Amino acid sequence: MGVFHLIPRNVLRHRLRTLLTIVGIAVAIMAFGLLRTVIAAWYAGVTQAAPDRLISRNKIGITFTLPVSQKQKIERMPGVIGVTYGSWFGGSYKDPKDFFPQIAFEGVNSFLLYPEFIVDSAALKAFATERNAAIVGSATMQRFGWKVGDAVRLTGMIYPGDWDFVIRGVYTGRTDATDVSQFLFNWSYIDQRMQQEMPGRAGQVGWWVIKINDPVKAASVSTAVDREFENSSDPTLTETEAAFQQSFVAMAGTIVFSLQIISILVVGIILLVAANTMAMTARERISEYAILKTLGFHGGHILGLIVGESLLIACLGGALGLLMMIPVLRVVGASLRAFFPAFPIDPRTYPLAAGAAILVGLLAAIFPAWHAIRMSIVNGLRRVG
Amino acid sequence: MPKSVVEVQNVTKSYHRDKVEVRVLSGLSLTVPEGEFVALMGPSGSGKTTLLNLIAGIDHPDSGQVIVAGTVLNQLGESQLAQWRARHVGFIFQLYNLLPVLTAFENVELPLLLTKLSSKERREHVQTALELVGLKDRLRHYPRQLSGGQEQRVAIARAIVTDPTVLVADEPTGDLDKQSAAEVLELLARLNTEFRKTIVMVTHDPRAAEKAHVVRHLDKGELNGAAVVNRV
Repeated sequence: MGVFHLIPRNVLRHRLRTLLTIVGIAVAIMAFGLLRTVIAAWYAGVTQAAPDRLISRNKIGITFTLPVSQKQKIERMPGVIGVTYGSWFGGSYKDPKDFFPQIAFEGVNSFLLYPEFIVDSAALKAFATERNAAIVGSATMQRFGWKVGDAVRLTGMIYPGDWDFVIRGVYTGRTDATDVSQFLFNWSYIDQRMQQEMPGRAGQVGWWVIKINDPVKAASVSTAVDREFENSSDPTLTETEAAFQQSFVAMAGTIVFSLQIISILVVGIILLVAANTMAMTARERISEYAILKTLGFHGGHILGLIVGESLLIACLGGALGLLMMIPVLRVVGASLRAFFPAFPIDPRTYPLAAGAAILVGLLAAIFPAWHAIRMSIVNGLRRVG
Repeated sequence: MPKSVVEVQNVTKSYHRDKVEVRVLSGLSLTVPEGEFVALMGPSGSGKTTLLNLIAGIDHPDSGQVIVAGTVLNQLGESQLAQWRARHVGFIFQLYNLLPVLTAFENVELPLLLTKLSSKERREHVQTALELVGLKDRLRHYPRQLSGGQEQRVAIARAIVTDPTVLVADEPTGDLDKQSAAEVLELLARLNTEFRKTIVMVTHDPRAAEKAHVVRHLDKGELNGAAVVNRV
């Protein structure tokens, strides 16, 4: 036996208290991981953005459209190797509360600019030939129980009326972080109907997607595009895809900031829980530490016993929290699919959560250890009984 | 003439309670020869336990010198004192002070963890010590599974397992029934007579004091009167 064999025995001494502390730390670590993942999900669009893709939208605002005629001018610009466009459809399927993004794509060539979308060739072929064909992300397919070949009717808000589609393919993501919730269909489908019903809205797209040959040229190409149209009736605002996504995150900046503060507070709360346990533990054992000192054990041994016990409890809580985190994040991710199409667990969450648990274990032990080491043997022995 | 194991020279010690200074020992001097069994008696607050703590190196005098086993304790730092205690002093407390999460064997083994003995050597020492106090069949018992007398005997085994120079006992029978107290006192007497252990014991119990060679009375921080010699 070594003196540090006392650590696991002391941990098991007040089993209920230890268990409650471990569970408290575990829940807090899990909450910490959940909050971090929500924050990461908010930024998923930014972090997953391709560095060689630019987004150009109407300078007046995202709800304003751009004329499709701008495409040829953009294609001719130096550094540009591909251009496509999209429009936000904003329709609903049965219940308007069941949100999922619907985007009118230019056509099959749009998929070439999105290599992270994996689609089989048969689906692309159908997409190219059938006016109302749709290719749907695997998450949305699963969510509504759709199958390839199903007919789906969407009710348009921006483009009024009922719109009938036939699902011709499913796209999956190249990584877990890829957004696989989108409902993609041909822009020509809505444009043709607009020509008949609302001619003033025909020939309009929501944004340009511009692929460039070198990410380093992003700023110069963006400037060139905006300069090209700055004196037209439809000036553009061009930026990298990451910056474009960031502008959406910025709209929810206060919420994200609040979540970050809460995640820090969660660590603070577990620190208080663990510190309270360790303070109670050390106070109860002051006489035992005095006895150990009397027998010749020095301050380093007492420090090791208290820090070791605190670390063991914190690490057990941290490990349990990490184990709980994975299934909980899956469930939460599935339920938040409409808001966060990609809900990837940031790999850094695990070392951060483990680090937070270790930090809590160390910090919680500092004061009790300092107190126990400093206390004179005589005063410690007076507390016997 | 046997050499002195304990020499307390003109020691004073005060404590502060709130802002009031309480003088506990006033220029006290005491010598304990090797192999002697000394009982310290006196009323509560007379300074018995303080004197014992100074001899054991767990407290420091305000002035004067404490020399035990040839070492001037005043000159040692906390770390050196801890090492010195581990080597030279065995403690027996009134309330036994065993660690409740350790078995009798493990409690006795504790002081040996500070030595360089191998696991096998430690086991032999612990078994010998527990056999000496008559508890070889209680090795795996936890303190809560032992009677008060048995707990105190485990504490005595813990105190002697390193073969210390001096044993200090603070009211070792104070929490025991008559029968258990008698057994513990017999054990201490045996350690003194058979193994020549120097013992300094604080007690209120005259029957306990009768087991000692010499009884010294303290009152108001001073030795009161001459030593009472029970036996030589």
